[in-house]
Amino acid sequence: MNDPVDSFMNFDLISRYPGLVKKDQRTGYSGYIVEADCLVQFARAVRDELGFDYLSMITAADYYPDDLMDVIYLLYRTTGGPGILFKVQVSRLDSKVPSLSSIFAGAELQEREVWDMYGISFEDHPDLRRILLWDGFEGHPLRKDWKEPLFEEDSKPYKDRWPAGKHKRQEDLNPFKNNVSYPIGFEPEHFSSNNEKALYDALNKTSGNLNGSLKTDQIIVNLGPQHPSTHGVFRMAALLEGETIIDLKPVMGYLHRSHEKIGERNTFLQNMPYTDRLDYISSMSNNFGYALAVEKLMAVTPPERAEYIRVIMAELTRISSHIMTTGFLLNELGAMFTPSLYALEERELILDIFEEVSGSRMMCNYFRFGGVVRDISDSVIEKIRKLVFNRLPRKIDELDRYLTHNEIVRLRTEGVGVLTADEAAAYSAGGPLLRASGVPYDVRKAEPYSIYDRFKFDVAVRYHGDIYDRYLVRLDEMRQSIRIIQQAIHDIPSGPVMTGKSQYQPKVPAGEAYGRVEGPKGELGFYIVSDGKQNPRRYHVRAPSFINLTALSEMSKGEKVADVIAILGSIDIILGEVDR
Amino acid sequence: MTEEKLNTSGLEIPKELENVIQLTTLDRIYNWSRRNSVWPMMFGLACCAIEMICTAASRYDLSRFGMEVMRPSPRQADVIIVSGTVTKKMVPQIVRLYNQMAEPKYVISMGACANGGGPFKEGYSVVPGIDKFLPVDVYIPGCPPTPQALLNGLITLQKKIDGESISKVRWYQKNVEEGIPIPVLGPDLMDPRQYDDISRFGRIQSPEIVDDDHIKNEELDENDTGVAS
Amino acid sequence: MDGSGIIRGLLIPLKHFFVTYIDDLKWLGKKYFKPEGISLRSSAETRGIFTVQYPEEKLPVPEEFRFIPFLVYDEGQDGSRQIRCTACGICTKVCPPQCIWIERHNDAETGRPVSTPVSYTIDIDLCMNCGFCAEFCPFDAIRMDHDYELANTNRYEHDVLQLEELLKPASYYASIRPENYTREEVRKAEKLASKTIKTTEMDTANPN
Ligand code: SF4
Ligand code: SF4
Ligand code: SF4
Repeated sequence: MNDPVDSFMNFDLISRYPGLVKKDQRTGYSGYIVEADCLVQFARAVRDELGFDYLSMITAADYYPDDLMDVIYLLYRTTGGPGILFKVQVSRLDSKVPSLSSIFAGAELQEREVWDMYGISFEDHPDLRRILLWDGFEGHPLRKDWKEPLFEEDSKPYKDRWPAGKHKRQEDLNPFKNNVSYPIGFEPEHFSSNNEKALYDALNKTSGNLNGSLKTDQIIVNLGPQHPSTHGVFRMAALLEGETIIDLKPVMGYLHRSHEKIGERNTFLQNMPYTDRLDYISSMSNNFGYALAVEKLMAVTPPERAEYIRVIMAELTRISSHIMTTGFLLNELGAMFTPSLYALEERELILDIFEEVSGSRMMCNYFRFGGVVRDISDSVIEKIRKLVFNRLPRKIDELDRYLTHNEIVRLRTEGVGVLTADEAAAYSAGGPLLRASGVPYDVRKAEPYSIYDRFKFDVAVRYHGDIYDRYLVRLDEMRQSIRIIQQAIHDIPSGPVMTGKSQYQPKVPAGEAYGRVEGPKGELGFYIVSDGKQNPRRYHVRAPSFINLTALSEMSKGEKVADVIAILGSIDIILGEVDR
Repeated sequence: MTEEKLNTSGLEIPKELENVIQLTTLDRIYNWSRRNSVWPMMFGLACCAIEMICTAASRYDLSRFGMEVMRPSPRQADVIIVSGTVTKKMVPQIVRLYNQMAEPKYVISMGACANGGGPFKEGYSVVPGIDKFLPVDVYIPGCPPTPQALLNGLITLQKKIDGESISKVRWYQKNVEEGIPIPVLGPDLMDPRQYDDISRFGRIQSPEIVDDDHIKNEELDENDTGVAS
Repeated sequence: MDGSGIIRGLLIPLKHFFVTYIDDLKWLGKKYFKPEGISLRSSAETRGIFTVQYPEEKLPVPEEFRFIPFLVYDEGQDGSRQIRCTACGICTKVCPPQCIWIERHNDAETGRPVSTPVSYTIDIDLCMNCGFCAEFCPFDAIRMDHDYELANTNRYEHDVLQLEELLKPASYYASIRPENYTREEVRKAEKLASKTIKTTEMDTANPN
């Protein structure tokens, strides 16, 4: 990975911690390797002295059969610029790392995920439980030697598909005719499940009595996983006193689809349609991030026209996602359906464009390494032109008129779910959530990718950090996206849309890469480790919806139950991305 | 929908009474009234749920079929559209929701994932098809099925309802079935109907062994209770 | 906070309500159940009623629309079927969920592979409609279908497509994807032409 930070920081970090910090020397790798003992000091120094105040990503990678796992940390500055990457190396047998959650509050959920998937335990973590799977699950699935019940082969393509391919349903080979396996000697009759207990214990019951002298009981209420306004299968366990939230824990994993495990078995190209299914209402952005990451490894750049097409599609995606979020936020506030129906109409028109260029409304699978699948025709450009020069600005204004000054909307949203600028950065919040708190951090400006440096646009930012401001930021962003598309449509050159020929087994050199884009939900990143084979060794998605949820608990404390729904709506989560 | 002709053909009605009297069978009027007010449960799982929302929105407009009343409560719903990937963590809740629905109830499996696991089937946390647990009435292939494909599936369900007879439907039978046993999350997803098998085959862990174990497989087939019909 | 915002907001749905009638009057009779009406309702100018009344009227799908793949065969003069697929196996390799199974046999005499698939299976309960198989097939033999009306009541019977169910004539392909079809035919003709030129050149170069 290209890491220009190194050049001016070498003087500092390596000599400061002699023997404890060294450069990552493996070919294709970058950043530092830090001993576990000094991780906390190191991270604190990086934050306080070098100004890297935004913990973007924590993940791990398994180097089986070597007895080695990397825990990977990636930090950025909220003022922009490239990031700093450092790793802690641990043994697979006894894997312990100090937790960073005391320095970066945003580490909490990500460290839980690493524990869940890799079994690396984080010392001093406030609440180290499984997050995507349930307590009591057997094994840590992203370890390379862990095999799932329907396991066929280590990597695709599977050999039994051709030339002697006889159809079978893999689950029929399993004695249970299902996707399950059990530990040796397991007796279900003697099994008693209490996998919820740890969750309820983790709720902080002692935070005082709100009603002063009046003694009230605190009760736990579960919202979800089947709840009409949790945007899918998300669950919140809330500790209530009266109507007031004392503590709240997000419970997720109800849509955990083994995205990363499957991604490590797929070839690089095969992952492209899977990324569509992460944040399934903005598939073009997901394609974009993944294509950028792999292109970094392959060192290819798409031709000019493809870059323009990519930007147009990514911005259309942003509009469609934001307009839908805005509509559904109003749903959450009780304005049942009318605003969301209006919003969905505009989204349908944008989806028509996606369907015409890519073949599918939602699962576009449109990007390839080094370009896009096919050119867009003049009639499509004409359609986009009509939308962005005429209809969409008008409709966004209409939505604005309809809602912005509505007294009910304002009473319900102003001052609710406040997240201050410092908190937002500490919780690693991203996208509109961060910008509504007054931090003007937008990857398109902070570290421009593709051709975003050519367009004139402003980073939408608001300062109160409440639901209302998040809504306003989304409105502003849609207007900025329209501005970008207008410029792109004006400047789009003709020419090829693909560098070289699209290959189904592209050669990806060994190394690591992190590609990130500003998705509609925030910084969407793909961390990829290749060892030169057809399929990635590590494929990790830095999912903005997931990380934004870290702040949910903080935002909800002290609010009423009904407001929590609105707060959740204002974060704008998509479960496909939260749970992966 | 088009005008529904309730009249059973072959029965003569005098011309002047044509719009006043309709002669029909009990079955037809029973099915006709049910098919035109199938209320889906407001319940989405994954990507397919977004297409379901689009189907309910203005462009495709479910209310033309009398299905616009999406009920968040299973007690008031007639059909559960399983729209998306069924994960092991979610399946106990889905079964519970299904058990809570009042008869007559239908299950639509929307999308490749709900049908048979879809692209995520090989994953460790996914159930290869909701029909492992619920009796599915209509399968809608596609990933995701477009809103029109979903409407096509709903029309298929209406046709199925049309074919039912009041004397045979399962909810008027004597011995009403009990609910489906709710799966338990243990070291892996456990179906209570398979507890015996789990004790017997609990030793099988790696898939390689499973492949060679056709003898045990056959033995199991005889009293296989694992799959809901 | 005098409620004026609410009133102003509510005027917008009211306007939408009246516009439906105005628009219906404007397009009197032309708006529904006519292709131009449907395309009007999916253009940027659409106002008023937005609903497309499936199944009576269907929103046309664009040429690139992809749903489930199918196999193309050419119709010979005598009505014989020439399956384009050569069982080369590339589609099985690119397919992300690995839902294609192809059986290829070797010729009993020569031991060489026979260039038609003995069996070809697609499990559409796995297929993610990604279109890779069609994109990378070197023989234009597999293409993405437009038919999305596949709902059924028994997936075990209907959702595993065998060779016979997958095969559709090239004329059908030409009807759903006219532009792609023409492009491919032109490319093929060019290839053929350059080949014949080459062979004739070679013939003239080596007259014996
Ligand atoms: S079938 Fe496809 S679109 Fe539907 S839930 Fe599964 S992956 Fe998503
Ligand atoms: S469909 Fe195409 S890619 Fe697949 S085996 Fe046949 S010729 Fe090869
Ligand atoms: S469309 Fe994609 S998933 Fe479906 S058969 Fe083709 S390659 Fe496989």
